[in-house]
Formats: sequence, structure tokens, C-alpha cells
Amino acid sequence: MTAIRCSNLNKTFAQGDQVIRGLDDVSIDIEEGSFVCLSGPSGSGKTTLLNAMGGLDNPDSGEIQVGDKRVDLLSKSDLADMRLHSIGFVFQAYNLIPVLTARENIEFVMQIQGVPAAKRREKAMAMLEEVGLAEHEDRLPAQLSGGQQQRVAVARAIVSDPTLVLADEPTANLDSTSATQLIELFVALNRERAITFVIATHDARVMAYCPRLIRMEDGKIISDELQSGTPGELRSEHG
Amino acid sequence: MTSSRPSARVLFTLAWRNLWRNHRRTLIMLVAIIIGVWAMILFSSLMSGMVDEMVRGGLRTLPGEVQIHHPDYRDDPSVANSIDAPSGKLLDQLNSPPVTGWTSRVKVPAMISSERDSRGVELLGVDPAGEISLGFDPADIVEGRFLTGPDDKGLVIGRKLAERLETQLGKRVVIMSQDPDNNVADRGIRIVGIYKARLQATEELSVYAGRETLQAMLSIGSQVSEVAITGNDFREVANWWPLIEQAAGPSLETLPWMTLDGYLQSMMEMQTSFNIIIMVVIFLALSFGLVNTLVMAVFERVREIGLMMALGMRPEWIMYQVLLESIILLSLGLVLGNLLAVATILPLEDGIDISAVADGLEMAGMGSILYPSLQVSDMVMSTAVVLLLGLLASLLPAWRASRYNPIQALART
Repeated sequence: MTAIRCSNLNKTFAQGDQVIRGLDDVSIDIEEGSFVCLSGPSGSGKTTLLNAMGGLDNPDSGEIQVGDKRVDLLSKSDLADMRLHSIGFVFQAYNLIPVLTARENIEFVMQIQGVPAAKRREKAMAMLEEVGLAEHEDRLPAQLSGGQQQRVAVARAIVSDPTLVLADEPTANLDSTSATQLIELFVALNRERAITFVIATHDARVMAYCPRLIRMEDGKIISDELQSGTPGELRSEHG
Repeated sequence: MTSSRPSARVLFTLAWRNLWRNHRRTLIMLVAIIIGVWAMILFSSLMSGMVDEMVRGGLRTLPGEVQIHHPDYRDDPSVANSIDAPSGKLLDQLNSPPVTGWTSRVKVPAMISSERDSRGVELLGVDPAGEISLGFDPADIVEGRFLTGPDDKGLVIGRKLAERLETQLGKRVVIMSQDPDNNVADRGIRIVGIYKARLQATEELSVYAGRETLQAMLSIGSQVSEVAITGNDFREVANWWPLIEQAAGPSLETLPWMTLDGYLQSMMEMQTSFNIIIMVVIFLALSFGLVNTLVMAVFERVREIGLMMALGMRPEWIMYQVLLESIILLSLGLVLGNLLAVATILPLEDGIDISAVADGLEMAGMGSILYPSLQVSDMVMSTAVVLLLGLLASLLPAWRASRYNPIQALART
């Protein structure tokens, strides 16, 4: 089954007098349960593509289908509902709501969904346990390290059982150990829950874990390849 | 996929904690709202106290909150337009709640002459017990005594009138009026009491005699000029005067004080208008601070708003959340402002001495002591003004917050 289908996506941005092509006739199919990395230098279009998949940004032309929904045709409110129920997001930074504790941040999405309080708390605690932060449930984001914050963000992204997790440079602000722990958490969740992961990154440590690597440049897909080998072997391959 | 609604609790939690992210700014705004609300209520209570004094003074002069007359009496206040003393259904109604006091009196224009001067006065034939129930204070008798009954043969005049007539307690004066046949009716009566009033005009104009004494002098049997009635609160009279009107019947004219004295009524209306204007002006000054607080609060967390939108929070919920912050801030300010107003105004209800400016105010019917009057209606009105205008002022920052594009908001540094 196809989790995401993008057909002939185009997106341009105005930058002063210049027109930048964010996406240039991009077409891509991503299967359910797959683990895909979008890589490329800054400005290559990987974040633009990720945002379009998540309904955060509209392409100028082309079609995007997530599951059975045409994302490019949904209203703002329907897009919000789709993100709420079907997609988990992990961003590069500023991932958590600063006035909520770790547990409340995880509960936040469920609160918007209207999940009863007892069930919310139970699921949030289970997720904190799963990401190894059960003892930090009452800490505010400012009291957590960058790696811990990202793990809370991952817990929040998957707590409502989404079919798809979109992560944008999730390891950019993390040290090597935290980055490895985070990507291994992604891999485990992908395997155990069959959640589709699409990760925009230029971090070789992350790319080394991706069975499918899509490279972009100037808004175009320049390669789309399946990788084999251990993370260690792939890491040396990606430099 | 179903459309969801966030629990009110999460919106409240976010709004409450966001408010206190910048303690100092929120506290400054809160203090401004508290002072604003307090000022609104203080001003209203001073205005209410001032107008209440004018109305009560006016009602003492009328007197009574409701009066019953012959239909032609107000155009021609002569004995020819007298009415029968209350009886039957009307008497039953007058002796039932919410009426707290009533009296019938003879009231005619008359001339009073001492051995030195003569003045035109309003001659009141009264039952002293009834007058006291309507607000005449026996302590206002500065010399001699008040009348002892409707058959008292003495006369009570005002302090100023005694000065004008160059007469004094114990002296005999002549009062002269007309009977129903237009014959002169006069009598020499001894002054048994001299009273003081808030208004010099009252002291000069109103002269009290026993009702039965006057009825005999004017040859009108048991007829009276008017029945004056009072209740617990002059503001409530609209609720009960129709009962009196119904009991009095269509052959008599029954009118509340608002109709009897249009000036007093217009004072009340003017006070309400002034209060609203002042409240709005005070709030307009406050609203700039409120809008600034909310705009800054929204501006400082643009990325956070973008994050919440990316996670699936609908734009309208973002708007509700900002509005909720405003409501919480306004509600806190209202509660504390109202409490401060109650705590500071209630002790002042015993009166503020304004004798330094009282001479000028006497023309408006006010005495030298101002009694602030804390009205629940004023507190409700200030609360309504603050909440309504506060929400209106908050709409712009709330709407702006809801219009952010999540991607642009997340990219904001």
C-alpha cells in the first residue's frame, strides 16, 4: 500500500527579485511502513517536500495523496484534523510547548483529540517509559537536555498512533550519542509499530540507518536508491 | 478522521501559564485593570450618591415616591381640587407592603403675615406621624416642637422664613388662604416650632399646620389635597406604583416621582449616561495596555503557535486561546477591582464632608455631606463594559495569532 504519493509537485518562492524553485516537478511514492530519508544540502527542497506531505504548505501545482486523502485539496481546518489524527511531526528545534511539562506535552495532542484524561495519562506515561524519560514527566522543556526534548517530541509524535511520522532535521542540534539514540528509537518504532517514517536530513549518522535514501538538489530528486549494509558500513559510505 | 475539539482544560492551562510567563508585564496590566475597575465603580458610586442625595432631597420636598391627586390639582392646586381621604380598597393597599409609609395632607397656597412682613408660602395640613413616616426628621426642629397630632393648633415654620418675617417661636402669625367658595379663610396661629432643612428654599416655602386644623379653617370637611406614599427604595417605585394606581381608580391621578418631578428623573438618566461614558473612557485608556500586552504575548511565541498549528490545532482554537488569556486577565482584574471598590467605598458610605463646596451644590439639591452609594447595578455595568470592550480589544491580536502560517511561524527566529 502506498502511504504517500506525490505527483509533479512544483513550488516557487520569491526572494527579492529572484524566484527560487523549492520543488521542481517532484514525483515520489512512499510505501506504508517504510523508512525513508530525504537528503541534500540546505535549500535543496527536502523540507519543502516534507512540509507539503504534512499539509503544512501547499504546492503551486501537482497532487499529494496521504493514505486516501488528497492533501492539496483539503481546507485549513481539514488539514489541521489530518495532522492531528494521522501524522506525527518532529522538528529540528523548538519542538515542545515551553509552559507544559514533558508529560503534558505528550498529552497535548490527545487533549486536542478529546481523549479522556485517565487514558491520556496512561498512554503518555507509557510513551515516556518507552523513550526512557519516565522519571522526567514533571520537568518543563527548559529542564531537559536537547536529546531528551527530542525524545519527548518523538513520544508526542507517536502517542496517538499516527500512520506517518515526518521529521525535519531531528538530529541537527544533538550531540552524537543523543542523535544515535534518537535515530535508533525511530528505527525501533518503525519496526515494532510499522509507522512510516520520512526524515529530512543531511546528517550522515541518520542516513546510515535509512533503507531508502532520496537525494534532492535545487528542488529536484537527483537520486532515489535502496541501501543495504549495517549502519556502520553505510555511515562510512556517506562520509 | 473525526473533527475534534480540544478540552477546555488544555486551553485554560495554556492560557493561564502563558499569562505568567512574563510576570512583570502581566502584573502591571493586572494592576492597571484593577485600578481602572476600581475607578469606574468609585466614580459611579460618587455619582450615584450625589444623584441619590438630589433625588432624596427632591422626594422630601415633594414629598413621597408616589402621590395621588385630583386630576386637575397639578394645574390648579386649590382646595377646589381636593379629594376624599383614602378608604376601602385604596386604604387596604396603602397599609400593605411594599408601602412602608403614607400620609394624606392638605396643601394649599397661602399668605403668612407677622407683625413686620408677609410672604407667600405653601401651607401643609399634615398628620405629623405620617410626615415622619415619609421622611420628616423631628431632629430638624431647631426650636420648639413638631406638631403633636392632626388636630394640633400650632404652626411650624422654617428657620429662614422666621428670619424673613422677623418673627420667632411663640409669636402669633396670620395665615390666609381661600376656601372652596373663594372666600378668604384666615386664622391667627402661634408658632410652636421652627425647623431646618437642607435647602433654604424649603425653609422659606413650607409651613406645617395640623391637617384637621386646616380642614376646619378651609371648610373642606375631611377632604385632602394629596395622598403621599413611600416604599423602601425610590429606585424600586416602578415595580409597585401601578398597584396603587389600580387601587385608587381612574377618577384619581396617581403618579410616581419620576413623572411628578421630571428634573429628578432626568438627573437619574444623566447619571447613567455619565457613568457609561466615564467607564468607556477609562477602559479605552486601559485597552491600549491590554492590546499591547496581548500583541507582545502573541509576538513572543509565534513559533510556539506555529508548532501547535502543525500539531493539529485549528486556527480558531488558537484564537480562543488568546481570547481566553484576555478573559482570564480581565476576570482577575474585575474580581480584585470589585473587591477593592467594595473595601474602599463601603467605609465612605457614612459620608464625605464636602461643606467647602456645598453652598454651590445646594442649588442642585445637595447637602454638605456626600454619601457614596455602592450600587450592584454599577458593578454589573462596569463588569460588562470591561468584559465586552476587553474582548473586542483582544479580537485583533487573537485573530492575528490565528492567521499565522505554521511554516512561516516555525521559521521565525
